[in-house]
Amino acid sequence: MIELRDIKKGFGDKEILKGVSATMESGKVNLIIGSSGSGKTVMMKCIVGLMTVNSGTILYNDQDFTAMDEHEKKAIRQEIGMLFQGSALFDSMTVEQNVMFPLDMFGKGSYKEKKKRVMECLDRVNLKDAAKRFPAEISGGMKKRVGIARAIVLNPKYLFCDEPNSGLDPQTSLLIDKLIKELTIEYAITTVINTHDMNTVMESGDHIIYMYQGVKQWEGSNEEIIFSKDEKLNDFIFASEFLRDAKEMRQMEMFRDKNWRNRLQGGKP
Amino acid sequence: MEFRFFYHFGAYLLMLKGMFSKPENPKMYWKQLMQQSVDIGIGSLGIVFIISLFMGGVTTLQTAYQLVSPIIPKATIAQIVRDTIILEFAPTLTSIVLAGVVGSKIASELGNMRISEQIDALEIMGINTRGYLVMPKILGALLTIPCLVVIAGFLGIWGGKMAGVMAGIISNDEFIQGLRQELKVYNIFFALSKSYTFAFIISSVSAYYGYNVQGGALEIGKASTTAVVVSCVLILFSDYALSAILL
Repeated sequence: MIELRDIKKGFGDKEILKGVSATMESGKVNLIIGSSGSGKTVMMKCIVGLMTVNSGTILYNDQDFTAMDEHEKKAIRQEIGMLFQGSALFDSMTVEQNVMFPLDMFGKGSYKEKKKRVMECLDRVNLKDAAKRFPAEISGGMKKRVGIARAIVLNPKYLFCDEPNSGLDPQTSLLIDKLIKELTIEYAITTVINTHDMNTVMESGDHIIYMYQGVKQWEGSNEEIIFSKDEKLNDFIFASEFLRDAKEMRQMEMFRDKNWRNRLQGGKP
Repeated sequence: MEFRFFYHFGAYLLMLKGMFSKPENPKMYWKQLMQQSVDIGIGSLGIVFIISLFMGGVTTLQTAYQLVSPIIPKATIAQIVRDTIILEFAPTLTSIVLAGVVGSKIASELGNMRISEQIDALEIMGINTRGYLVMPKILGALLTIPCLVVIAGFLGIWGGKMAGVMAGIISNDEFIQGLRQELKVYNIFFALSKSYTFAFIISSVSAYYGYNVQGGALEIGKASTTAVVVSCVLILFSDYALSAILL
């Protein structure tokens, strides 16, 4: 579990995160959503340690990440896998070498064992055939999948994904969401996704944190989001008429479910 | 302006300090060092070859043009060419060209890695990026640039001899005789001292500007240009300082 306690971050006079407290639940897909400039990328960078917070604490399984020295932080970072918005693959390396890199740097075992693990990961993301290709020779969706393979090759405890759907067509976007969700369950990882994609919110997100102007505006599950009365959240998520219709349909669907009806009417599920 | 200088100088020193930590995997660092040495050394051989030959040739022709007195033996031309090339042209001119070739390559490579989040990806893995990316570049430059300067010296003198002989200014034997006159080994030590200093300046300054790029593709270009300009100015400044101190 990752816990944020009153974290603040600013650049000069500009305050980006204004005291955010939130919890990223273990073994679940946690989403950080919000419009551009709401502070979600800064928040993710603070959580993984690419930026230091001005105040507040970040706890990884009750260990204070903000109070750790570089050596201790390194140990935590080796339990983290991250998929970057632009995939961040090493241009001079093939797909196979990109996935092999963390194993070469930190992994023990023979070359054969490492190669086997790389092929397992590439197979998991359905890219075994692209092993010898360079990042410049593959599509955006494939790059994201290579990024995922590289992120999971060391069996991380935490997986962070920064805008995994950006620049992808809806079909590939769905594929990436499905893959991340499956891997979260398969490897029992705590996944944190920073996204704008409403499909990810509704289909993959187990736990959602909505950021508004540097403040956590709302936190809950993707089922609770359907019945949320928070105006800012509703304006952000159900921005179009199409999405508002979809929301109503989902509400009706959920209302037919007895457990949900009881919960919504204040009773126990 | 003054504050910006101190800001950059402080950040530069912090980058250098940050390079020193226990390598996560020494084998990978060694591989990176070898890769950088090949890129900097072998990658610059062509341009060093060309500029050295012409530098030597032009030095011979211009020295002969100025030494018009019949009292001065022709072998003196070779002596002047040798000393000019060893003391100044081989280390300084070669390094100025390398600041353009190697410096811009280092700055743009690191800048591109920064912009495309590759450096962040390495940081997330728990790798000391200054140690893994910057240090091998500096060590690679320190290993190969002095070798390139030595090669430039030999080629420059050979180019000077060829130009002199082909133009009928000086015979082959006279040139060899001139090369053997009053050779000071200290000059070679001085040239090597300069080449090590320049190698450090080129690699570390370029790495600093590349590593700290912020923004987009445009900033990578700006960082490369700044890296080359600052490296050249520092090379000229330290050239003067070393000459004043060591000669």
